Amino acid sequence: MKYLILITCCLLAFHSLSAKVTTIKGENGISLQQVINDAAAGDSIILEGGRFQIASTITISKPLFLIGKNSPVIDGGNKYEIMVISSDFVIIQGLHFLNSGKSGYEDIAALRILNSGNILIRDNYFENCFFGIYGQHAHNTTIANNRFKANGFDEISSANGIHCWKSDHMLILNNRISGHRDGIYFEFVTESTIRGNISTNNVRYGLHFMFSHNNWYLGNSFTDNGAGVAVMYSKGVHMHNNLFARNWGNAAYGILMKDISDSRVENNIFSQNTASIYMEGSNRITIRHNQFKNNGWAVKIQASCTDNIINENNFSGNTFDIATNGSLQLNNFTGNYWDKYEGYDLDRDGKGDIPFRPVSIFSMIVERNPATLMLFRSFMVGLMDKAEKVFPGITPEALKDDTPFIRPLAFNPPAL
Amino acid sequence: MNKIIKYVILDILKNRIVIGYALLLLCMSLSVFNMETDTSKGLLSLLNVILIIVPLVSIIFSTIYIYNASEFIELLVSQPLKRKNIWLSLVAGLGLSLSLAFIGGCVLPILIYNGNGTGIMIASMGIILTVIFVAIAALSAVYTRDKAKGIGVSILLWLFFTLLYDGLVMFLLFQFMDYPVEKGLVAVSMLNPVDLSRIMILLKLDISALMGVTSAVFKSFFGQSWGMILSISVMLLWVIVPLSLSVKKFKIKNL
Repeated sequence: MKYLILITCCLLAFHSLSAKVTTIKGENGISLQQVINDAAAGDSIILEGGRFQIASTITISKPLFLIGKNSPVIDGGNKYEIMVISSDFVIIQGLHFLNSGKSGYEDIAALRILNSGNILIRDNYFENCFFGIYGQHAHNTTIANNRFKANGFDEISSANGIHCWKSDHMLILNNRISGHRDGIYFEFVTESTIRGNISTNNVRYGLHFMFSHNNWYLGNSFTDNGAGVAVMYSKGVHMHNNLFARNWGNAAYGILMKDISDSRVENNIFSQNTASIYMEGSNRITIRHNQFKNNGWAVKIQASCTDNIINENNFSGNTFDIATNGSLQLNNFTGNYWDKYEGYDLDRDGKGDIPFRPVSIFSMIVERNPATLMLFRSFMVGLMDKAEKVFPGITPEALKDDTPFIRPLAFNPPAL
Repeated sequence: MNKIIKYVILDILKNRIVIGYALLLLCMSLSVFNMETDTSKGLLSLLNVILIIVPLVSIIFSTIYIYNASEFIELLVSQPLKRKNIWLSLVAGLGLSLSLAFIGGCVLPILIYNGNGTGIMIASMGIILTVIFVAIAALSAVYTRDKAKGIGVSILLWLFFTLLYDGLVMFLLFQFMDYPVEKGLVAVSMLNPVDLSRIMILLKLDISALMGVTSAVFKSFFGQSWGMILSISVMLLWVIVPLSLSVKKFKIKNL
């Protein structure tokens, strides 16, 4: 928000000094590029509806307000990158970007931010574009209230909704993204906030980032994506109040965390995912106050993860609560609520008196040999689970919750 | 033939064990549905009942009934009736009456509390399993003369289908875990009616954990209409094959 105010103040300052307002309507024969070239730095161009068919990429290389009224269409004709911003202090508002080019070897975007910052992009509609917004060395930029809709059907013919590369201090607010390859994609993006976005029905991931440290993800909703959310090789990731739901399928995850460290995952809801959290090589992550409901696996934690703290979460209705692939266990699982807990609480302190072992032998077997899922819920598997609960042999001895809660914990529901 | 079926059904429905069986099923399904707030969870609890208790009661009761009816069968054989008709009507009477008990005890509560596709699938699988295990009981009863041995064979067969077969499958899966066995698993599941019905019900319940490669294969197979038709016909084969074998044996059996 502070960037937004800063930018607005700066631009207002320009405006009151010398800026001019040009109003045009999209008709045949009007070249938007010509209008932009004619404008001085700090001018406003108001597009009054209509349609601008572009003949080449529009470049904005000076501070400018580009404001659409009645959603003027800027049509890339399935050929061109529609707009490139290579100047600081630009506002793009209320435009309808349609049909950018598509390419197998070039990253064609509807709107590219090139080596610049202090830009505000809001209330736009990106329809049937390859990349939506592509931030390349962008900084201090706000992307807010945009809608992205594409019709991607495979990973090759589609690209990402919001794509940022080597950017910092980005603020990505309240966007809705669907039908792209990855809803939001970050590579080398730091110190950014991603809040209130809805990323749904994308071909691959709702959110995907790599090497992106110290970012905050607040109140987003990642649902019905082909493979859920994948986050890799990052540290200082904060995920709070998000919703991860219905990420369903063979290799779909609520969140896949690979080599993530020193991060916090709190107050999120994970519902109906095949595996709601999958952790590999991840260290020192705090997972607290989350709700895991009706997932296939609530947490799949590989033996390569250490010093993670998983406490005060609610696990209910999951087929398997915890699965792991080794016998060494260096994580902390104390003080959660498990609906499969069958213990008692004699001293009435709300915590069970006997430890709970969330890993069932069948989940260990399935981890080793996935084909055995065919025997799920058979009589024999039930007997094996019961026997293992009494005398743990194969399941990791140390993976247990010594003080499981008897009743579900009450949290404030995430504000979305 | 109809007369014999009618007589057998009336005889069995008066039987205290069958009434008790129906009441037990009714108690179980009502308590399951009333205790669980989520009716689909109730269906999952009923799944175990259907996969374990229904085959057990069907096979044991039918075996004992056939042995106890040996004098009645001898009487019928002395009449101008075809042996095939006598045997088929006896088995049909058993299957119909046990199915009736199952319908009263389980199907009605399921339809009342959760009459969607899953409920209907569970109910129909229960009925088919009842008939299959009656047919298997007929086979084991006709092949063994000694009553105790026959009942023992029935219990062993039940144990094999509900427990040992799965153990064997798991053993084989670990032996062949380096090979792509997913497609073969479909064939393996066809060889056990209990497994087949369990998988069909689970795929209807849309258990998310059943989403690995295995279940993708299963889903693509059983999800299609021809896969469904094939698995239903395999279930019917599980009735027809033991039954025709037992008829063949009964025709030449020295009573």
